[in-house]
Amino acid sequence: MKAISRVEGRAYPVGLKNIDTDVIIPAVWLKTISRAGLGKGAFESLRAVPGNVFDDPEYAGAPILIAGDNFGCGSSREHAAWAMADLGISAVIAPSFSDIFSGNAFKNGLLAIVLPQAAIDRLMEVARTDDIHIDLETQTVTTPFQDRFEFEIDPFRKHCLINGVDEIGLTLKSSDAISVYEAKLSADRPWLAPNPV
Amino acid sequence: MSTPQTLYEKIWNAHVVEQRDDGTCLIFIDRHLVHEVTSPQAFEGLRAAGRRVRRPDLTLAVPDHNLPTTARLDSHGQPIPIADPESAQQLEALERNAPEFGIDYINASDAKQGIVHVVGPEQGFSLPGTTIVCGDSHTACHGGLGALAFGIGTSEVEHVLATQTLQLTRSKSMEVRVEGELRAGVSAKDVVLHITGVLGAAGGSGHVIEYTGSVIRALSVEGRLTISNMAIEHGARAGLVAPDDTTFAYIKGRPMAPSGADWDAAVAYWRTLATDAGATYDKVVSIDAADIAPSVTWGTSPEDVLPITGIVPDPSAFADPSKQEAARKSLNYMGLTPGTRMTDIEVQNIFIGSCTNSRIEDLRAAAEILKGRKKAANVKWAIVVPGSGLVKQQAEDEGLDQIFTDAGFEWREPGCSACLGMNPDKVPAGERCASTSNRNFVGRQGPGARTHLVSPAMAAAAAVAGKLTDVRAFAN
Ligand code: SF4
Repeated sequence: MKAISRVEGRAYPVGLKNIDTDVIIPAVWLKTISRAGLGKGAFESLRAVPGNVFDDPEYAGAPILIAGDNFGCGSSREHAAWAMADLGISAVIAPSFSDIFSGNAFKNGLLAIVLPQAAIDRLMEVARTDDIHIDLETQTVTTPFQDRFEFEIDPFRKHCLINGVDEIGLTLKSSDAISVYEAKLSADRPWLAPNPV
Repeated sequence: MSTPQTLYEKIWNAHVVEQRDDGTCLIFIDRHLVHEVTSPQAFEGLRAAGRRVRRPDLTLAVPDHNLPTTARLDSHGQPIPIADPESAQQLEALERNAPEFGIDYINASDAKQGIVHVVGPEQGFSLPGTTIVCGDSHTACHGGLGALAFGIGTSEVEHVLATQTLQLTRSKSMEVRVEGELRAGVSAKDVVLHITGVLGAAGGSGHVIEYTGSVIRALSVEGRLTISNMAIEHGARAGLVAPDDTTFAYIKGRPMAPSGADWDAAVAYWRTLATDAGATYDKVVSIDAADIAPSVTWGTSPEDVLPITGIVPDPSAFADPSKQEAARKSLNYMGLTPGTRMTDIEVQNIFIGSCTNSRIEDLRAAAEILKGRKKAANVKWAIVVPGSGLVKQQAEDEGLDQIFTDAGFEWREPGCSACLGMNPDKVPAGERCASTSNRNFVGRQGPGARTHLVSPAMAAAAAVAGKLTDVRAFAN
């Protein structure tokens, strides 16, 4: 995972609630066996609408997206996070995220920042004309107009994001503890071993 | 005496390998189901890092999402090649990756093949009290057996393959209690649609829900799987139903389940799992069974639920301005006008299938309505897609396939089919489908497709009427 500590630039002011994973990347794009190239299908149904923000040159290459409640609800497809990253988005700001999406975003170094609706409303306004700055170290979102919003983030996730930690590598350091658990499991609940199919 | 615990807490505590100071836990995963869509990049990641699968014995792979549901073998018993090159490539990748990493693989022409969430319980792979994951959000389905089951993304699939664990934080707990007696024509699907309408699409966010009450206790395992399947549609991380004698009777004798002395030990353990008297949930929601009618969705979020006797809502009637906006967009996409009676909405397509409603009981409920009847002339496409090859066989043994084909339905091979628009089974743009699946999102059943979620009996009734209709008028 690549390290990330700040994001700054324009933000797509999307604002909608319940943006689901089929909106972020429709199922027809899921037949790939690679992680790259999904940006082409990102937000396809929103981009089909004339005058949408994604095709507005004003926002070209924006690294931030602002959305409403429950962003990323729906399927577990990590393709949603890959598609957004491929489009050049490094952070999403919303009042809430689906659990699976925020996990997937984290695993791909995509910041999923939770701020209250009032802050979202203000950022939507700023996004139309100016840049937005996100600083992970200080856990703040700021604007050129002295707005300053603090956000919460799990300290472990923060550490992993800032240092670009490989989570599997980290867990593999606990291999011995896993072996101990497995040994106890086969002693306590031997019947758990499945018969081969 | 120890502190009373909920079912969720008991399962969680039994799976903690390590706990960090901030509360994050390394959780052991007992069962991992793998399908073709969310796994290729995970296997690729393992290969790139030179890692192996830690517990292939706890991992089971089966193709379902991409597979066409038309005949799989030709008249000589040879596999028919898949026309779409990208689908073929993805299916081949799983077929290659499974043996390379030592994982059991059920191939497309095996009678055991089916939708992951149908295959797991059916084979006895999914068991009460276990942790089960799969790269698919409807993994919550297995919670109907009393397993802590949830969907994960591809990076987590790779993490589980490599370590058989996940780094997780504990969710909050919620009890959804459904008491009373279900009215005539009301099925498990109507119960879960109703719950989703009450809670909202994000109502369960951050929670694991335990479904309790007399209605849930009286349901078959199939019905409980249907309920738990849609936990994610009200935003929950997972859904649970406490295992009981109904559960044990369902599991007993299944191929991968414990047998002999192991069986008795397993049941003794499973009996300790139910939530203790005096245990508390972070949130409790009570639902009266008398309030649940045969239900249907009108919009593009599963929370957009109405009784079939309802009328299409006026967006300005919603209190929340963002919901007003969403409802306007939904109605525009769905091509509906406020004030229209749901029973006046014509449908051109019927889909009976998906991991929500493709088990034998679902097919029986639909066949019961269709017996001696035919689909209406305006219904252009009606398909039944059994959840697995074994469900298909059993249905054929009971003569259900004949009832469906006589009524004008196509009888297909198992798979995800028209639940999601990534295999050839799609609903044409602008047309409506009465569907037994779990999601009515924009484009879910194909670009521009308009989905109305219903129960199997309601889908069958809609086929006969040619429009959404109240199944209670069809009592045989
Ligand atoms: S049937 Fe639908 S919801 Fe179920 S696993 Fe397949 S695609 Fe997912």
